[in-house]
Amino acid sequence: MSVLVGKDTRLLVQGITGSAGGFHSKQMLEYGTQVVGGVTPGRGGEKFEGNVPVFDTVARAVKATGANASCIFVPPPGAADAILEAFDAGVALVVCITEGIPVADMLQVRRVLEGLNGKTRLIGPNCPGIITPGACKIGIMPGHIHKAGHVGVVSRSGTLTYEAVGQLTAAGIGQSTCIGIGGDPVSGMDFVDVLELFQADPDTHGVILIGEIGGGAEERAARFIKEKMNKPVAGFIAGTSAPEGKRMGHAGAIIAGGKGTAAEKIKALEAAGARVAPTPSDMASTLQVMMRG
Amino acid sequence: MKIHEYQAKQMFARYGVPIPLGYAAFTVDEAEAAAKKLAQETGSPVVVVKAQIHAGGRGKGGGVKVAKGGPGEARELSQKILGMQLVTHQTGPAGQKVRRLYIEQGLDIARELYLGAVIDRDRRRVAFMASTEGGVEIEKVAAETPEKILTVHVDPAVGFAAYQARELAFGLGIGGKETLGKFVKLMRALYEVVVREDCSLCEVNPLVVTKGNDVVALDAKINLDDNAEFRHPEWKDLEDRDEEDPVELEAKAAGLNYVSLDGNVGCLVNGAGLAMATMDIIKHFGAGHGVAPANFLDVGGGANQEQVTKAFKMILKSPKVKAIFVNIFGGIMKCDVIANGVVAAAKELGLKVPLVVRLEGTNVELGRKILSESGLAIQAAGTMADGAKKVVAAVGGAR
Repeated sequence: MSVLVGKDTRLLVQGITGSAGGFHSKQMLEYGTQVVGGVTPGRGGEKFEGNVPVFDTVARAVKATGANASCIFVPPPGAADAILEAFDAGVALVVCITEGIPVADMLQVRRVLEGLNGKTRLIGPNCPGIITPGACKIGIMPGHIHKAGHVGVVSRSGTLTYEAVGQLTAAGIGQSTCIGIGGDPVSGMDFVDVLELFQADPDTHGVILIGEIGGGAEERAARFIKEKMNKPVAGFIAGTSAPEGKRMGHAGAIIAGGKGTAAEKIKALEAAGARVAPTPSDMASTLQVMMRG
Repeated sequence: MKIHEYQAKQMFARYGVPIPLGYAAFTVDEAEAAAKKLAQETGSPVVVVKAQIHAGGRGKGGGVKVAKGGPGEARELSQKILGMQLVTHQTGPAGQKVRRLYIEQGLDIARELYLGAVIDRDRRRVAFMASTEGGVEIEKVAAETPEKILTVHVDPAVGFAAYQARELAFGLGIGGKETLGKFVKLMRALYEVVVREDCSLCEVNPLVVTKGNDVVALDAKINLDDNAEFRHPEWKDLEDRDEEDPVELEAKAAGLNYVSLDGNVGCLVNGAGLAMATMDIIKHFGAGHGVAPANFLDVGGGANQEQVTKAFKMILKSPKVKAIFVNIFGGIMKCDVIANGVVAAAKELGLKVPLVVRLEGTNVELGRKILSESGLAIQAAGTMADGAKKVVAAVGGAR
């Protein structure tokens, strides 16, 4: 009852010996994620937390552990390289948490990803990661706010995802899988890629989509919802009050040349049959009304 | 990060993108000396005096003037422009003070074209756009006559292919063999600038074809990708602090994401999306009551107590702030860290405006305890909506 990750996910952590990588690896282990290995060049042969083996390269780690997913905490100067290394080692799902990767590096990563023809999926960068509640947590989200269930959540923002999940759980509504696709202008999976999976997943009965200003990903999502989806989608778009031309925290959250406003995105989603919550406090209740109806 | 025209042109020159001769000037004397030097080098007295500010539309605002009469006239024009408050469609009504000039050789222009490179987020490629409508705002062309904009997308594995440059050239009506060759060379050099210098935007408006059939970048606008700062130590020298909002600079130095806005409610939030959503919900409930956000502030996930204290002090010091809304959904960020930072800042500077706090997530109980034991007058909120309503009411009550 989930997409992309579950009980059978075998995870590597690239940058496991760093402070963020180490801290969150412990959290993931505590949540029950199968962290089968770590990668830090030059630290091969060590053990993390006494029993997780550390390798020098991703290829060696995959060979030794049979890992099928990787979570990247490598700092920006080496992060794109770390993604490419995971691609080359044949890891099926690569989740990059790192914030601050130059867009020129991500253009190259995307170019390589296109050549892999769907063999590998990339989530992020600059994202909280992905969680299937009760089964597998990859990333930095607080695990305890989640509850297993049937609502899929996809979002460009980390803390707004937590906000939506918190509202759902408080209302007694569980989640199938929650995916943070990240706040960068050029990244891996976008809304449409995730919506395709949620639409095909029999255990996902409704979706919360959280977008923000900048780019055209929400408009593409709206087209997909209109043409391909029969599950209810409730949304929220952050940045109705944001000024033009200013980067609002996320590198991708910027209205440029009058394009990428919240108003355009809300209009597109509503025209496609999704319902956009009037305030960020109403995300769960908006979906709840749709699912009852 | 934005840089000045003359700095962008220095980058162009390093990669072989043709530019007119020119010199930056910080004083009227330097401007006159630059005009003299240019007259000697070019054999023509004609120079252009250009205000250097980080905003477009300088010509229309009176910040670009041609001196046909030589160095004396260039001096007079420089005197007028240097120190003026230049108002353009991008500066806002207050305008921007001109502190730097660029003195440039005048050219005999046959045609003015538009060239721009951006990151096309939908295609995940660098896109080059060109148009015969040079010298006008490209946004206007895009809205009114989109068919006049030609676009090519560059494959990062291949680079800017010559045929793509030719495609643009023929589309622009550049057919003569000599000019065509120069155009192709310029385009490929410009692509190198965009990629190697980590530009998020590179615009040449206008690109001119001279009467002597040269292709020259007459203007240059570059925005640099802030994420790439780590591999460009030289960018430090390109920064012009006079062009930035001083509070935003202070925030940047402290590792905080801060944007100044026009409203009256100070916001302290963790996470960019939640910070934007907090602004939105204040506006949602406050619109009819003259209440709006005074800032965007994301303290991030990994902030320590000192950063939180710094952030809260910045809000406390702002004279426009009539109430404060702290909205935290702790994930990596722990609620007690936020609470300690808020209390430390409020004890040091005093809390003179109403404060509404909504805490949720990691260590929430500890955070609430710290706040309630601090003796500060804090209104606790259960949800974002509850907090926004309370802060709107607080501003209404304070008036």
